[in-house]
Parts: sequence; structure tokens; C-alpha cells
Amino acid sequence: MNYKSFDVNKVREDFPILSRKVNGNKIIYFDNAATSQTPIKVIDVISEYYKKYNANIHRGVHSLSQEATDAFENSRKTIKNHFNSKETCEIIFTSGATHGINIVSSGYSKILNENDELLVSEMEHHSNIVPWQMLCQLTGAKLKVIPMSIKGDLEMDEFEKLLTSKSKLVFLNHVSNAIGTINPIDYIIKKAHSIGAKVLIDGTQASPHIKTDLQKLDIDYYVTSAHKMCGPTGIGILYGKKSLLNKLPPYQGGGEMISDVTFEKTTYADLPHKFEAGTPNISGVIAFGTAINYMNNIGFDNIFNYEKELLNYAQDQIRKIEGVEIYGDSINKTPIVSFNIKGIHPYDIGSILDKMGIAVRTGHHCAQPIMDFYKIPGTVRASFSFYNTIEEIDLMIKGLKKAIMMLQ
Amino acid sequence: MISIETIKSDIISEFSLFEDWMEKYEYIIELGKSIPLIDPKFKTDDNLINGCQSKVWMHAELKNNNVLFYADSDAIITKGIIAILIRVFSNQNPKNILESDTKFIDEIGLKEHLSPTRANGLVSMIKQIKIYALAFKNKIN
Repeated sequence: MNYKSFDVNKVREDFPILSRKVNGNKIIYFDNAATSQTPIKVIDVISEYYKKYNANIHRGVHSLSQEATDAFENSRKTIKNHFNSKETCEIIFTSGATHGINIVSSGYSKILNENDELLVSEMEHHSNIVPWQMLCQLTGAKLKVIPMSIKGDLEMDEFEKLLTSKSKLVFLNHVSNAIGTINPIDYIIKKAHSIGAKVLIDGTQASPHIKTDLQKLDIDYYVTSAHKMCGPTGIGILYGKKSLLNKLPPYQGGGEMISDVTFEKTTYADLPHKFEAGTPNISGVIAFGTAINYMNNIGFDNIFNYEKELLNYAQDQIRKIEGVEIYGDSINKTPIVSFNIKGIHPYDIGSILDKMGIAVRTGHHCAQPIMDFYKIPGTVRASFSFYNTIEEIDLMIKGLKKAIMMLQ
Repeated sequence: MISIETIKSDIISEFSLFEDWMEKYEYIIELGKSIPLIDPKFKTDDNLINGCQSKVWMHAELKNNNVLFYADSDAIITKGIIAILIRVFSNQNPKNILESDTKFIDEIGLKEHLSPTRANGLVSMIKQIKIYALAFKNKIN
């Protein structure tokens, strides 16, 4: 399907929120990298669940429980097929990407020692830094940082120098949330595997734009969150190769994750339940599957190509503004433009754009090391999705110019 | 000394003259641009209130049993709101500062800047104003 046939106006009708007003203006939502909006189909699925088959899963013999369990497990299959894991049990439901990272990092506390090294990229979200720092404190392992260039690309030469026989795990985002760089994860995974290191990919910022094939890329661990992919908040996945997940200890104890319990000893359930203690976010899981189906119906090629058009247009227009600096100028980017206007604080721009009904993100985007790298307190970040339009970008540019006039 | 409550109602009536948000924000931006609010020597890390969005520095001292506040921010709208807060709370008796609230910020339509999601340091600054007032009150007694 040619992406030109992609009808954005039709797509917009699927998102009820896009017709609301903020501060008297029709909302322009450019904070998609923080969370995406939710199509009516996904909203309906959540409400259907509570209206028609709300029941706890995996235990009741009654019909409601059976229906809920089927819908829940079907969603796991949908997600398995979308990300192409080898087995369905390799998809673990979590509360989000952060939870997934913590399951792995906490599991590694039993595996690592002070002679081991971990490699992290300089452009990570705090959620992919802090759990590993905690792990290093616990085990004595060392954290090594893969530096980035001023353009916002990882320095591959440096990565190769840092990668040694001591390296046990490399973890990085597929796409940077602050500047949008798409990292060369295929190359990084191949290199890491060549010395026996495992790789965790934080797919949170990539999964809404790029279809990721877990087996083809040979990813060891992968996390993402549903709410970036038109799904609800509070639900995400951890993928791990079965052989690796089997070696990790459970993260939380409780119901659902056991096979047999006595006061003397508990044996754990098999994957995926070993990591799914307690009653899960059932409607969230079901809605996540619906969201993935929704995005696949639009088509990830359509999404990527259309969003590229939005990105290029927005970058060209923003670049024309006097005194602007764009952070992250990689040729491989998702639709994120992070920028500042000389002499103006991002908070001030964000506050004024909000009065015009334009939602952008300002601040350090939970990625302070990147801000330190560029020696700035934060940026204005406009992040787009396939339901945004060129007209909305024009309105943002107009709003930006007005804000600059007021603030200078 | 003009009382805190009088200053607040002056501010509310001044803000009621603005026709729209643009006029209001232009005024706040002017405030943020024009007033030197703190001596650079007080812009130390000790006086820094870190917000995730913008930074606020604040220094306080006691003079003639009144608390004088000096503050600054790296963001101009935050600084403009600081100027309003200083106009209200600076050079006032610690007891009166402790008994006063910031509801007038809602009334002049700037509530969102005191929302925790803004993380601009203002909420912490107000807390800090009260902490200083309490400390100075104890000192006087």
C-alpha cells in the first residue's frame, strides 16, 4: 500500500480526544513520545471487558473467567506475532517498560560480580539507567557509557573499544526519547553477541513507529509500554529468550506465579506466569492487543513514511526560526524534534504554547545525561504521531513565533 | 506596611483589567524581565530549589522583624510569578506570612503554574517561604 493513500483525516476520526478544546483552542497534541492518544476501538474494548466479562483469569471454571482468560491469552498471541518472538511464553506482561527493566536488572543481581561490566548508551531515559546503577551498587559490577556525537548518534568506534570479555550486558534504547535517534541495534547486537554479551533493548520509543522483529534482530531482552502504542497506561511487556528467562529468578512472589506452595517450599510456575505474580491488568492486556491490531491495520510502513514526512516538514520549518537550535540531527530519526530558541527557557515556550492549546513537552525528558551533554537545562520537544497533520505543524510554528515575540 | 491581604486584593484587581491571557502573560513576562530580584552572590547551590522544568534560587533575611525575600529563576514566566509572590510576602511579619495562603494565584488565573506537574520550583518556593517564616518567627520569639 502506498502511504499516499493513507487518509489522516479518516484516521483522526478514530481518536475522540482530538476534537476537544484546550484553553479555547482545538487541541494540537505533540507530546506523543510521552504517551500516545487512544483510538475509540481500544477505549471500547476496555469498557466491553467491564460490561460483559470482567472476571479473574487462569483460575475460575466459570464462563466469565474462561472468556476473560481467552481474551487475555489471545492478546499475548497477538503481541507475540507482532514482535515475532519464537514462543508465546516469552512475552511477559508488566506494568510498563520500567517494570520490565527492573525484572531483568534485579535478576542479574544473582548473576554478576565485581569483575563484570555493563554497557549503557549516553542517550538513555532514566528508567534504563537507574535500575542498572542500583544493580552495580549491589554487585560491584561497573557501568560503562557508550558516548554520543553532537549530531546525536552513538560513537560506534567507542562502543567497540568498550566491549570486552568483561562485558556481560549491553542495554540501550532502540530510539532516544529526548532526541529521536534510531540506534543501530542490529549492529550492536551482533557485536555484543560476538563476545558473548547479552543485549536488552528498550523499545518504548521505537515500537510506535517501527515494527521490530525480535528473532531477526536476535534480541535477548526487550521491553516496551502499551501507552506509547495507542494502548492504555499501566501495561507493557518484557520479552526474553526462553533460555534466558528460565535462568532469571522471579521478581515478585505471590499468586499466579507458583506451581506448588507449602510452608516448607514453593515451586515456581513456568513462563510466562513465573514473572506475572498477582492479578494482572486484564483489560489493559486485552486492550494492548487491540491497539496493536489497530496499528497493524493502518500499517507500520504507512505510519513510518507519513511520520517521516511530518518530521521533515517540522524540522525544515523550525530550522527557519531565528536563533533556533535543534538537538539530535541524526539522519535516522523517529518524529521527534527537540529544540531551543536562543535566550529563551523551554518552560516559557511550553507555557505559552499551552495557552494556545498546543501540547509539547519541555524539560529534561527524564534524560538528564543528554541535557548535560548539550549543556542545557532542557529542550522543547515536539513529537508527532500518524494522526498529526502538516496544518497542525503550521499552527505550532505560528504559535512559536508569537511566543518568541512575547518572550524576547 | 501594607498588609498581605491588601496587596493580594490589589493584585487581583490589577489582573481583572487584562482582556485575555496574552495581556496577562505579557505583563508577567515584563515583570520577569525588569526586576532584579536577587543579588548574584545569593544564587548559590544552597539556595537552589530544583524543579524538573525550571530552577528557582531564593534567599531570605530578617530586617526589623520582617522577612525579606529575594529570588530568581532561569525561566522568565517563573520569574514573573516569583515577582508577584515577593510583592505579597516580602517585608512582612513572619506570623502574617504563616497565616496567609496562595489562593489569589488561582483567582488571577495562574493556577497551572503551581500545579505539581509543572515542576517549576514554585510550589517548593512557597513551601520554602513558609519554612523561612517559621524559622524567623521562632528566632524573634
